[in-house]
Amino acid sequence: MSQDTTLVALTGLTALPSQVWGAIRLVPLVREEPITDLRLDDRLYGDDFAAVAVDRRTAYCSYIPHGYVANWTDDGTPASSYGTQLRRDADGPRPACVPLRFHRRMARRVDKNRVRFLPLHLALEGYLALHFGGPAVVWEEWSHRAVSRGLSPRVEQAYAGAEVEGLRDALRVFEIHPGQCGVMVYAADALAAAFVVPHPDDYRALHPSLVLDLFGELIHHYTTLHGPVPEFRARIRDGAVGSLAELRAEAARHQREWAEFHDHTMAGGLLDESYTLQRVRTMGPFALSRFLPPFHRNTEQHIGETITHADGRLAYLKTFRLSEAQTRRGHLLTLLAAHDWHFGATADALRVSRDQLATRVEHAGFGALLRQDIRDHYRAAARRAAT
Amino acid sequence: MENQTDLVAAEDLLLFVNAAITSTGQREFRSGEWQQRMSLDFLHAYVLGNYRELYAATLALDINHHNAALIVRRLLETAAEASPEQRRTEGRLIAGRLALLPPQRVYRLFRELRRAGVNNRRTRAIMRDWLAARPDPALDAVKYRAGVKAVARHAHLPLDTEMGLFLFAPHTRKAGFATPLFESWRRAHYTQSALYELPYTVAEGFAVKHGIARGAFLERIAPRLTRLERLRLQGSAREHRADAVVGDLATMPLTRLASYVLSLPLDDRVRRREELTAALRAAARRTAGPRAGSWGRVAAVLDDSFSAFGSAQKRRRPLAVALGCHFLLEALASELIPLWLSGRTDALLMYPLGPTPLGARVLDALEHRPDRLVIVSDGWDNAPPGLAGEVLRIWRTRLDPQGRTSVVHLNPVYDAEDFDVRRLAREVPTVGVRDAEDLPALVELAQFAEGRTRAAELWTHVDARVRRFLEVEG
Repeated sequence: MSQDTTLVALTGLTALPSQVWGAIRLVPLVREEPITDLRLDDRLYGDDFAAVAVDRRTAYCSYIPHGYVANWTDDGTPASSYGTQLRRDADGPRPACVPLRFHRRMARRVDKNRVRFLPLHLALEGYLALHFGGPAVVWEEWSHRAVSRGLSPRVEQAYAGAEVEGLRDALRVFEIHPGQCGVMVYAADALAAAFVVPHPDDYRALHPSLVLDLFGELIHHYTTLHGPVPEFRARIRDGAVGSLAELRAEAARHQREWAEFHDHTMAGGLLDESYTLQRVRTMGPFALSRFLPPFHRNTEQHIGETITHADGRLAYLKTFRLSEAQTRRGHLLTLLAAHDWHFGATADALRVSRDQLATRVEHAGFGALLRQDIRDHYRAAARRAAT
Repeated sequence: MENQTDLVAAEDLLLFVNAAITSTGQREFRSGEWQQRMSLDFLHAYVLGNYRELYAATLALDINHHNAALIVRRLLETAAEASPEQRRTEGRLIAGRLALLPPQRVYRLFRELRRAGVNNRRTRAIMRDWLAARPDPALDAVKYRAGVKAVARHAHLPLDTEMGLFLFAPHTRKAGFATPLFESWRRAHYTQSALYELPYTVAEGFAVKHGIARGAFLERIAPRLTRLERLRLQGSAREHRADAVVGDLATMPLTRLASYVLSLPLDDRVRRREELTAALRAAARRTAGPRAGSWGRVAAVLDDSFSAFGSAQKRRRPLAVALGCHFLLEALASELIPLWLSGRTDALLMYPLGPTPLGARVLDALEHRPDRLVIVSDGWDNAPPGLAGEVLRIWRTRLDPQGRTSVVHLNPVYDAEDFDVRRLAREVPTVGVRDAEDLPALVELAQFAEGRTRAAELWTHVDARVRRFLEVEG
């Protein structure tokens, strides 16, 4: 594992005109040449597999996006992939995953053996923990807790799709372009997520699953509170055109201007930020990395995973926009990590007492990272201080 | 001199006609069922409230069955508001339109009137006259039993003994009926062989009751199938190896045929290419009639984008209309330049795919300098949005101000939010289309949508249509 600071760039992809539905704007990203030697793991094609099975065997490596539930395990119980994985051979050892224990209602959904994401809450928190090297074991226990207690109301609603109704429709009526390998999702023109895959077939397979993706809070707030976003309609000046050829040139110019505007202005919050990059795995020409934002408050902060080709092309990208609370949480974890998870040093750096820091960690939802007896100890200390 | 009111009325009428042609109150690609219905309801109330005579006159135009039934219903519900003169015209228009509607729709309309408590003398007379004109009352009584029963009750119709017994106390007649169809119906309760003398929809229920295998049932009921039932059951019959159910493609209307072709898997279409193409061509030639070959060079921009799928209720309807238009224009034009949005060229193998780059395709079409440009699309130009409108605007205002190329946009989808079909540009007329067969009439109608100054001509056109309609229907 190596670490450095870098930008995320959409190399090899062109933004095409956006399609708008209510407050949601979807910007398709197309590749001129698909990347053929890195493909989605066969098992994720689910029912659609037969339709796209043509020469998939020629693929050199395969990948499994984070948070996908499928029958990864040998005994056939559903599990979720934990972190995006880069694999040489689909028949190799089973991918790193966390077993899931479902409600009856959810288990029924899994029975159909279709591609889907984990419930929002679990996946996103797991993702944060993953980025900071939190052990999978803890996360599993944690997921068990969340499931046995029932998920919080917010997550339940997201799962029912009621909250992201606009998104569901936007994805349904979205017309996929030929050669499309990615999409940028904007809610009320704030970038909510970017998603890029190596091949158009992979995109087609994963497009419907985007509705189960980790958008949640942000999309919900913005789509409910914000009215429809405007379309960027083509405008051609009357004076500029004297023939059909010139009209065509004007149309092409409009297309170029849109792509530039998108990459520099609309997606600026993602593409202009510099990220801490952590290289997880290199395989052939491909490198899988995770990136973390600087956790500045009150700005767009995205977290995500990329797979890049040695020649600089972006093969895979998945980002999640953190909510303000998550940014704060991230900030806390960065500090902890920076101080080698030493509690005292971190508390000193924050200029708070240890029990205050413990409360903060617990309130941030990372109580499971602390041992129960230590938590009790600090809690008692806090009570004593209060009285 | 025309005043502002006239112009507004003309625009409102065109808008309403567009809606009444396209919307069927069913789900569309981009709007739900209730959105369509709410929007349509508002439009009906608005036009009825402001232009009662025009509202009734639309019955003479090529509006779809759903809207025709709605109009009749609203006219009868508000009969008290009409003057005697209006009522007379309305009565004739309603009678004429009901004669054209499929019977199941009329029975449904009558039952809705009953539910709404509409029972004035005029309504009863209309029901009586319509029922009296039915060719086979016994068949109606068996096939639309609930409907006939409701009408008889509601309009106090005198029934002969046999019919009365059949409708209201069928199981009291142990000795059997004299009417053969009633007798078959009675026997079908006990005897399997009798059910094959009944209409398919009725026999189907009995077949389930007797536990007859689907394949065997289809095989034997085949002679009783109507033309559309035959077409609808093709797939099911093949699955159950009932070879007797053979669809007669040669007599099918163009758009139905197109829908059927699009419902077939691609492999089937490739295998039956000659047969299907011939049937489509024949239907198109039949529709074109004497106008065949008279349209000169025609360029057609046809929408096969993903949204042409329509909805689960209107499966591939927009694409079927585009496919129908493709073949009809082929027959009408001396030379057709078909441009599908996806760039595919084999019309028979179309399926909904990809975005809607209307602007670029319209540019391609105009480059051929055709005499006519016909655009068949739902108007959701999205790659990039609005380019088609800009191209057409500049073409009309700067590149071809004399109008050498006539441009018309046909839109098969009603946009519930705008109370109209979606337009591309103000300079180009947009009209709604339900069946490709109506294309020539719609192109005629489109000229009124083009200019804002020709309201008087529109009234003349509508009057002529109404007169022709009343003459034909007697």
